[in-house]
Amino acid sequence: MNPVALRRLRGLLRKEFLQIWRDPSALAIAFLLPAILLLIFGYGVSLDARNVPLAVVTQRPGALAASFAAGFRHSPYFKPRPFLTIQEAERALRAHEVQGIVWLRSDFARRALAGGEAPIGVIVNGVDANDARLVEGYVQQVWATWLSAQARSQGHDASMALAVEPRVRFNPAVSSRDYLVPGLIAVIMTLTGALLTALVIAREWERGTMEALMVTRVQMREILLAKLLPYFLLGMGGMAASVVMAVLLFGVPLVGAWWVLAGASALFMLSALGMGLLISGFARSQFVAGQIALIVTFLPAFLLSGFVFDIGSMPPAVQWVTHVVAARYFVAILQSVFLAGNVWSVIVPNALALAAMAAVFLGLARAVFRRRLD
Amino acid sequence: MAPAADPLPALRCAGLRRRFRIGKRVVIALDGIDIRLARGGITGLIGADGAGKTTLMRLAAGLLKPDAGQIEVLGIDVVREPLRVQMCVGYMPQHFGLYEDLSVRENLDLYADLQGVLPAQRPARYAELLHMTGLGPFEGRMAGQLSGGMKQKLGLACSLVQPPELLLLDEPTVGVDPVSRRELWQIIDHLSRNMHTSVLFSTAYLDEAEHCDTVLLLHEGRLLGSGPPSDISAGMEGRSFRATAAVGRRLLQEQLADLPGVIDAVVQGGCVRVVMQAAAPPDAAAIQAPPADLRFVPVPPRFEDGFIARLRAATGQDARTSPSDRVAGGRNAAAPQGADSEIIVVEHLTRRFGSFTAVDDISFSVRRGEIFGLLGANGAGKSTTFRMLCGLLPASAGHLRVAGFDLRTAAAPARGRIGYMAQKFSLYGDLSVAQNLRFFASAYRLHGSTRAARIRWATEEFELASLLDATARDLPLGFKQRLALACALMHEPDILFLDEPTSGVDPLARREFWRRINALAEAGVTVLVTTHFMEEAEYCDRLVIMAQGRVLAAGAPEAIKALARTGDRPEPTMEDAFIAVIEAAGKRALAA
Repeated sequence: MNPVALRRLRGLLRKEFLQIWRDPSALAIAFLLPAILLLIFGYGVSLDARNVPLAVVTQRPGALAASFAAGFRHSPYFKPRPFLTIQEAERALRAHEVQGIVWLRSDFARRALAGGEAPIGVIVNGVDANDARLVEGYVQQVWATWLSAQARSQGHDASMALAVEPRVRFNPAVSSRDYLVPGLIAVIMTLTGALLTALVIAREWERGTMEALMVTRVQMREILLAKLLPYFLLGMGGMAASVVMAVLLFGVPLVGAWWVLAGASALFMLSALGMGLLISGFARSQFVAGQIALIVTFLPAFLLSGFVFDIGSMPPAVQWVTHVVAARYFVAILQSVFLAGNVWSVIVPNALALAAMAAVFLGLARAVFRRRLD
Repeated sequence: MAPAADPLPALRCAGLRRRFRIGKRVVIALDGIDIRLARGGITGLIGADGAGKTTLMRLAAGLLKPDAGQIEVLGIDVVREPLRVQMCVGYMPQHFGLYEDLSVRENLDLYADLQGVLPAQRPARYAELLHMTGLGPFEGRMAGQLSGGMKQKLGLACSLVQPPELLLLDEPTVGVDPVSRRELWQIIDHLSRNMHTSVLFSTAYLDEAEHCDTVLLLHEGRLLGSGPPSDISAGMEGRSFRATAAVGRRLLQEQLADLPGVIDAVVQGGCVRVVMQAAAPPDAAAIQAPPADLRFVPVPPRFEDGFIARLRAATGQDARTSPSDRVAGGRNAAAPQGADSEIIVVEHLTRRFGSFTAVDDISFSVRRGEIFGLLGANGAGKSTTFRMLCGLLPASAGHLRVAGFDLRTAAAPARGRIGYMAQKFSLYGDLSVAQNLRFFASAYRLHGSTRAARIRWATEEFELASLLDATARDLPLGFKQRLALACALMHEPDILFLDEPTSGVDPLARREFWRRINALAEAGVTVLVTTHFMEEAEYCDRLVIMAQGRVLAAGAPEAIKALARTGDRPEPTMEDAFIAVIEAAGKRALAA
């Protein structure tokens, strides 16, 4: 670049940083928005059932029934409430006071000791299918634990416990938050990155400054570069803040290397910013740019990145669509780097995909932006 | 540089055409324009909103491509080499293209970087620009904190950091106060005379033609005329008269406008200015009941007369396409109870927004059946005053009585007597004309046969019958204005508030609009109007001049103009008066 062009770029960059500093809206998008979203989703969305209110109906209280009920009291997943009749418990279920009912019939003690089939009834509220399945699984686990404890204490063979097989597998040591939070970061950064560039350029259209810029000697690539560079730094700052929040606030382990994380984030940020640039090539008002960014970045990233909804269980056509969602590749890298470490077989192909997407979006943005208004 | 010897014109257009597609609609912005402008002069591109001014500016700046035809700037083909053109022109878009979060100095620095002004050249260039624009003391101030006039001068300075050969200014004076406007003209004159910069500016104000060496009259994408301003008014000699009679000036105007051969009749001071088709005064005998003492005195033609004559010829309209006398007014208008009763009383009205005082202790009163004007630049506090008068915004302090109701305690009943036409005509763009009429009738709680009757009235009175199914958004500006007025009159209000009603509409539509307003006032409706068109103040019975939230002068137009009368200026215009009033206020503030 010749010195005159360099001075133009420097002038634009200085302007951009002054604006970021004086108008806090860009800082808010880079730091405040991810922090708020991370807090809301991080605390609000959990696929674990904890302290689930559960009705335990003991029709004939006895030592054995009491010991089984205690199994629920000691579990971190349940908050048992004792009932004497099933009718009362069902009323509580209908009133949403409890999520499920564990029903110990009057012949519970006798049949349990006889080593027969499970004499307990489990009724779960199926409105929330996910919770229902979790409750069901947890109940079976508590039952299995209790059975084997009973068997051991009475010198029975443990085979009796194996008669019950939990249908939902889970590992109590790994909370769902640990894999949700890294995915969340990817989803949030998709929105932040696209909004940063889309909104600031739309603002230039709205205020007529873009029109004035175009009738100077500035080149379009200089304008784009002057938008990309500051907001890349800002976006990476937001990313770093999100990672710090994930580790310190949500206690998510960071197993892999930080430089792998930084490199993958940089590639991803370029693709998100490129998406924003592309949007602002069409949307000339901040309102429209914001709407488009929300629809074409946040929603696909939320639904199609595999961060909650497993890509493998989607219909083939939808699976195919997920390949153009950059967050998909980033989610895979983040979950690997945070939880599993530097798994190169996961990181390398996904990073290449991110690099390709960044190149495509930035190239498209460059093609769309011309020094003309039509 | 010897501009006269330069064979390459500043701007040359041949068969220039440009269309825009807005949704399903195709708008022809420029319809075959041929222009050749010599270097070194000031050229005014004059026309109403939608005439194609901005499109021509953007084509010249290389921001748009023409659909057909050629355009050359300084001998360079703009379509083929836009970058080369952009290196030699300075361009100020409509909203000045300033960064509001950057200071005056930082804005200059940015444009100096972008225009390739070497650091060594900058101190001298900045000093010159800051001196020229008077912005020196405000170098560190944020552009967003500058007044409208100062922003406009900074925008101009930014387009001048690298001295351009051609300066393109898109509506640089719209909504700016007359004092700033005059200062801007001094700068532009200086650039043209001393720096030999060619200047092309667009404007909707016809009176700015006096600053031009050449004017281009644009109307709906076509060039109605071009040449020196004197050429436009040439051929108008002997066709302009000042009519006086012993009747009200509004009645006189109404009578004269309907006469055969009259192409223009406007109220001016206490008289009516008439422009004829041919060089002979109107035939007074054609008036049904000629007023006593009717006299016609020949007056020299104005630039505007030539423009109106051309517009009439181009559109095939004569002055008689006028509203009937049946512009029925308010319910009580037929029997004004005491013509001099004060229907609006404003005492010590103040409105603050945080630490900013938008309206600062103003007082005035309006009599029934009066046309009362609030004259001032953007930001003078006119719209804020209006919103308080309509009960849309509570006052911070002071008293307000409208139609006998105290707005603090009885805003709703007062509102029932008020018709309000907001800036930019608040119509529902997606609804048809008929749907808009029906909606506003219902909003004013009209129903059944009353509603049907009022809609019929509006359709006939405003000649909307052929447009009932047209979408409001697609209407030409003049018709939008008509429809908005019809909607505001739906419930026969006693008081009509008009906020910048004629902004951007062409001179013919403006005249027609004022004839309707005059008829309403004659029927006893009280009309309050804000405007930044100085000459429209002539239509008012009384007016106040506002600046920075204060009332600086009040009275009849003649009395206000008299404030600026001096030995060498026996016939001051309203603009002269406005400037004199502002300067006097400035001196008082300095002395205090």
